[in-house]
Amino acid sequence: MFTDDAGKGGISAGGPGNSENSARRTGGDLVQLITPAGERISHPEFDAWLQDVSDEQLGSLYEDMVVIRRIDAEATALQRQGELALWPPLLGQEASQIGSARALREDDFVFPSYRDNGVAYCRGVKPEDLVRAWRGNASAGWDPFTVNVATQQIIIGAQSLHATGYAMGIQNDGADAVAVAYFGDGATSEGDVNEAMVFAASFQAPVVFFCQNNHWAISEPVRLQSHIQLADRASGFGIPSMRVDGNDVLAVMAATRIALDRARHGGGPTFIEAVTYRMGPHTTADDPTRYRDANELEDWAAKDPISRLKALLERKGLLTADFEAAVAAQADAVAKDLRAGTINMPEPQPLDIFKHVYSTPNSWLDRQQDHYSRYLASFGDPAEAASEEGAR
Amino acid sequence: MTQMTFARAINSGLRKSLENDPKVILMGEDIGALGGVFRVTDGLQKDFGTHRVVDTPLAESGIMGTAVGLAYRGYRPVVEIQFDGFIYPAFDQIVSQVAKMHYRTQGAVKMPITIRVPFGGGIGSPEHHSESPEAYFTHTSGLRVISVSNPQDAYTMIQQAIASDDPVLYFEPKRRYHDKGEVDESSDLAAALSMEKARVVTEGKDVTLVAYGPLVKTARDAALAAADEGVSVEVIDLRSLAPLDFVTLEASVRKTGRLVITHEAGQSGGLGAEVAASITERCFYHLEAAPVRVTGFDVPYPYSKLEMHHLPGLDRILDGVDRALGRPNSLSGLEG
Repeated sequence: MFTDDAGKGGISAGGPGNSENSARRTGGDLVQLITPAGERISHPEFDAWLQDVSDEQLGSLYEDMVVIRRIDAEATALQRQGELALWPPLLGQEASQIGSARALREDDFVFPSYRDNGVAYCRGVKPEDLVRAWRGNASAGWDPFTVNVATQQIIIGAQSLHATGYAMGIQNDGADAVAVAYFGDGATSEGDVNEAMVFAASFQAPVVFFCQNNHWAISEPVRLQSHIQLADRASGFGIPSMRVDGNDVLAVMAATRIALDRARHGGGPTFIEAVTYRMGPHTTADDPTRYRDANELEDWAAKDPISRLKALLERKGLLTADFEAAVAAQADAVAKDLRAGTINMPEPQPLDIFKHVYSTPNSWLDRQQDHYSRYLASFGDPAEAASEEGAR
Repeated sequence: MTQMTFARAINSGLRKSLENDPKVILMGEDIGALGGVFRVTDGLQKDFGTHRVVDTPLAESGIMGTAVGLAYRGYRPVVEIQFDGFIYPAFDQIVSQVAKMHYRTQGAVKMPITIRVPFGGGIGSPEHHSESPEAYFTHTSGLRVISVSNPQDAYTMIQQAIASDDPVLYFEPKRRYHDKGEVDESSDLAAALSMEKARVVTEGKDVTLVAYGPLVKTARDAALAAADEGVSVEVIDLRSLAPLDFVTLEASVRKTGRLVITHEAGQSGGLGAEVAASITERCFYHLEAAPVRVTGFDVPYPYSKLEMHHLPGLDRILDGVDRALGRPNSLSGLEG
């Protein structure tokens, strides 16, 4: 299952001889542990990484996936109602995000993209903080150090380098935490992602490159980005990789655990391709009907990550009416919090635009702020005057 | 006081920073065993180890982006960009990440990154080795931009830049690397002139001549030559390019009433334009003449046999001084 035949042995054992074979590999390598019908398939290597996943934890993974789908739907509704300027739905990618994020340790550090709201939610980001930037109330939603998640990156792939640098810092500190970069299929074409893999391999940095191949970069299909499987790109950098069914929460979790364990024990970086599908638009401003076939969506709907985990729970007799009701109630409660938190979010004040540009006073900016506050005050509007005071 | 070259003074400042703060980490291409192509980091890897003086792969965006990650982890990366013209692959990481991170995170994430850039021409190099890209960065909010003109400042200001919690671009005039000067290595950093302040390096009363980096020496030579003709030129070394120290600039222009700005970079949208416009706004009624810019031309940096035509030299600067004073000059008789 390792596209680098070196497997867990690390990058030096494989050697360049494998790259030709790897390049010819197809989706046949995809690791799947739960079929779309909810059947649990055993796997000689991955199963060992899931032995501690109890029935209760399986239910909890299901709950997280249902809740994040509900958050996603609520945020889309808030955008349609004019409460958010924009929203990037993650519909269809719940297993990739929850399965990987739930594998992390608290001291691991995540560098996510703008679509990784499921990851952020798992790490403890509050629902209203997920939408703060999309409402236009801030440039980013949270303090990264409170949840060990960097703010969501909009420049495609830029965060892969940040994760690698952070991992180099972990290495220097002699710690055993891991940095995880989340990005999509489109990002694999960016120079930054390729440079990140060069640096990560050279320094054997404890970083995991978690690529959600959701098949679409806005309107561009993944075949425009790559003529080989994305996971196979890693071998060219000397980085072992895995290709897993990204709609299978257990396959994703096991792969992430394997990669984290390797990084923690000095084995360096790993590239994971989680094969999933963006069932919604790129953002609420997008119209996928202009560029993709409705049949494709239907095919992927049949592989839905939540339906298949639900089917597995049912097979195991865990899908009781009480459980379903509790999960639904939790999803509704979080959605309600999200809505209230969004609508009641305090408005930013005009002079806030000058805050935090620098960490120390800056004479140019102080002058511009002074002039603009005089300008605002020239209207004699008490509200403006008050907000000016508030900003100081 | 020790006599040392410009390059050695930076080296000494880097060494001091590495000694004083275990979070300081140097990154760049060829900075280890080689000591950098200009030998500025000579001996540092040997003394501080490969984990603190890091030879990186040849990827400028990679260097800058990993520096961002290291800063996230609490480090103070000092990045060397080998030549001015090689900074552009890192431009996105500098402008979109380094400069904006503190603002984006409402102050939660600091970016105490120092970006060292050997810049400017005059050394007979091929294309991409002689550029002056500072205005791209002075135009970018969130960055501090400084340029040093002498070994003492080079020594002091590299340490100030590294100690700053804001990202700093530190422009080193590569054609002055071998110039020698007195450096006081025992000087107290806290007592040193702030890196945000300009310095009057030659006092004068007839015209203010503003320069930075490699042209400060040229400007001082021009002031000496002008004195022979009875013209008193006040030379200001900007030191900080962003923010500009308008307190020092205004005080000088209010005194002299005339302003000449010189830099190697092209004229359009250059730093001279910002100085001229701001000084005109701030002390219009003290000006006796329009500000004059003596700069490189708006051409790609020329092949080296012609570079001395491009670079403002002593005579072109004096011609600019004559223009500011209304004395006969190369443009006498032309409007505007």
